[in-house]
Amino acid sequence: MNWLETLRTAADAVRSHRMRSLLTMLGIVIGISSVVLTVGLGLGAQDKVRSQIDALGSNLLIVSPGSSTGTGGVRGGFGSAATLTLADANTLANSAVAPDVSRVAPTTSTSTSLTAGTTNWTSRIVGTTTNWQQVRARTLTAGRFFTANELADGADVTVLGADTASELFSRGNPVGQTITADGTTLTVIGVLAESGATSSSSSTSEDDLAVVPITTAQQLSGSTSNAVASVYVEAKSADLLSAAYQEVDAALLTSHDVSSASADFSIATQDALLATANSTNKTMTILLAGVAAISLLVGGIGVMNIMLVSVTERVREIGLRKALGATPSAIRRQFLIEASLLGIIGGLIGAAIGVVGALVLPSMINQPVSISGLAILAALGVSLGLGVGFGVYPASRAARLTPIDALRSD
Amino acid sequence: MSTSGTRTIIELAGVRKTYATGAAAVEALRGIDVRIEEGEYVAIIGPSGSGKSTLMHILGCLDVPTEGTYELAGRDVSDLAEAELAHIRNREIGFVFQQFNLLPDMTALRNVALPLAYAGVYGAEREERARHALDRVGLSDRADHRPGELSGGQQQRVAVARALVTEPSMILADEPTGNLDSVSSADVLALFRELHDAGRTIVLITHENDVAAEADRVLTIRDGRITERAADDAATKAKVGTL
Ligand SMILES: Nc1ncnc2c1ncn2[C@@H]1O[C@H](COP(=O)(O)OP(=O)(O)O)[C@@H](O)[C@H]1O
Ligand SMILES: [Mg+2]
Repeated sequence: MNWLETLRTAADAVRSHRMRSLLTMLGIVIGISSVVLTVGLGLGAQDKVRSQIDALGSNLLIVSPGSSTGTGGVRGGFGSAATLTLADANTLANSAVAPDVSRVAPTTSTSTSLTAGTTNWTSRIVGTTTNWQQVRARTLTAGRFFTANELADGADVTVLGADTASELFSRGNPVGQTITADGTTLTVIGVLAESGATSSSSSTSEDDLAVVPITTAQQLSGSTSNAVASVYVEAKSADLLSAAYQEVDAALLTSHDVSSASADFSIATQDALLATANSTNKTMTILLAGVAAISLLVGGIGVMNIMLVSVTERVREIGLRKALGATPSAIRRQFLIEASLLGIIGGLIGAAIGVVGALVLPSMINQPVSISGLAILAALGVSLGLGVGFGVYPASRAARLTPIDALRSD
Repeated sequence: MSTSGTRTIIELAGVRKTYATGAAAVEALRGIDVRIEEGEYVAIIGPSGSGKSTLMHILGCLDVPTEGTYELAGRDVSDLAEAELAHIRNREIGFVFQQFNLLPDMTALRNVALPLAYAGVYGAEREERARHALDRVGLSDRADHRPGELSGGQQQRVAVARALVTEPSMILADEPTGNLDSVSSADVLALFRELHDAGRTIVLITHENDVAAEADRVLTIRDGRITERAADDAATKAKVGTL
């Protein structure tokens, strides 16, 4: 009996016991769909982080106050220590000190309630310099960014993020209108285009913010401190990024008069940020995928169990086939193919459910889920392997049955 | 006893079969010596539990003797591997069982074609041969029916078609009429007679005298031993009937 023939026989057996076949496949269906989904969630989270980090700009170094901890991790949040100041930003902007740095943008950040007419909206006020727009690679959909003069004067002007603008001014052009922040009236002079970063949290959103000259931000907060939350440093090119890193590090160590062991600042590259975020994601993905793998294993055992039952139930059929000339290997092949078929059909159904889940889930849990063709292929391969692997034992039991024991069972 | 000088197809010498069921061992066959020539029509008759099925399973290479030798067409089957036995069952022997033993999920045609699948006959040729076999038992119009949609007699004729589809030299039938009414029995027995006339060796197992009378030679089995007592009479009658 050739393979095609055996496949047909196996397909007939699967079809004629539809309910049992479905129940057998259930474990594999659940296992494969959860593998596809967990891998999709992991990859989706990675994509999201990458888009956020890419949206920061390009060839960036991000200098934060506070020391770095151990391996690659960055300790502390914004302004955890007032060790980074406007003076530092000025130092780094000096081309004699850091020749490979093209632009520098210090930023402060505070959360404030904004009012436009009767509309209230809580947003992030980002104080910075004129370089910010280029360093962060942002474009405007309306109006203009603030000028060096406005920066010097501490002018009461602001450039709104796309989300902030639409929240405060649901109709009409925001440019030229005014908003109130902490009792100060600011004139809207521009609106930023969407950053392209997918973000679920408003505190990190690059589209929900009001950018003001850093001098204006100091007046708003009523502080005379020159501390900044971070300094964005743009290297002249990707090739010069590590040179710029060395220059920034050396310059700040010198001006702060500290050794690198006791540095009161930390410098992160986009790659380092990505690696940190991904390592957390990866742990989670591996954990979830492990759970999914266990359910696959259970599914495989389910296939074996049902195949054993099926061998017992079909003793008569097996005996008859042997009486008609089936060799032990033909019988083994028949049951092996039947088990593989259950595995692969279960895998296909599972993959289909996983893909549907990946399409539906993001809108429900506000997390991107990417569909990985590789993960689906691997899942199908695994389910075929499960079918074969857990089919071997029942198949060899069937092959070993003597035709006579088989025929006699009435 | 053979009608002409043909070769011996079955030769059993001192065959014993003991079933070890738990504590008690059952001696189903207690020393059988039988020789059957190619082309013979032999009936084996005996009461229930006398060892008829056990004997047929050994003749059909479905089981092996505990003691003694079985030579099939000159070859000692105890020397053969399971795959070779499968080959013999496929090419040399056609089985007909009391319970029909058709696969319920397959049409009559596919049931008949099943031995051909194991013989490596595929596609159009297989379909052609299976149809031809169904035609020979007069059921070409039932090719697409499942066993459940056929009467007992029709099912047994499908089983006969399946037994002859690989053109085996020998047909082994274990109480083929045991589950049939007298009309269907007569149909099936007529088929065996035709097959015999076409040169096949037929071994027909039964416990009914009038069925056994169809054969040219009758062996009586009782408590696992063969006697040819009363066989001559039946054989002569049968021969006279066909000559
Ligand atoms: N698999 C078996 N295990 C134990 N005893 C068996 C088995 N098969 C048959 N027997 C016994 O062997 C004897 C002959 O059985 P069998 O050949 O089926 O007789 P028949 O077909 O003439 O009715 C009976 O006593 C039966 O109980
Ligand atoms: Mg019997």
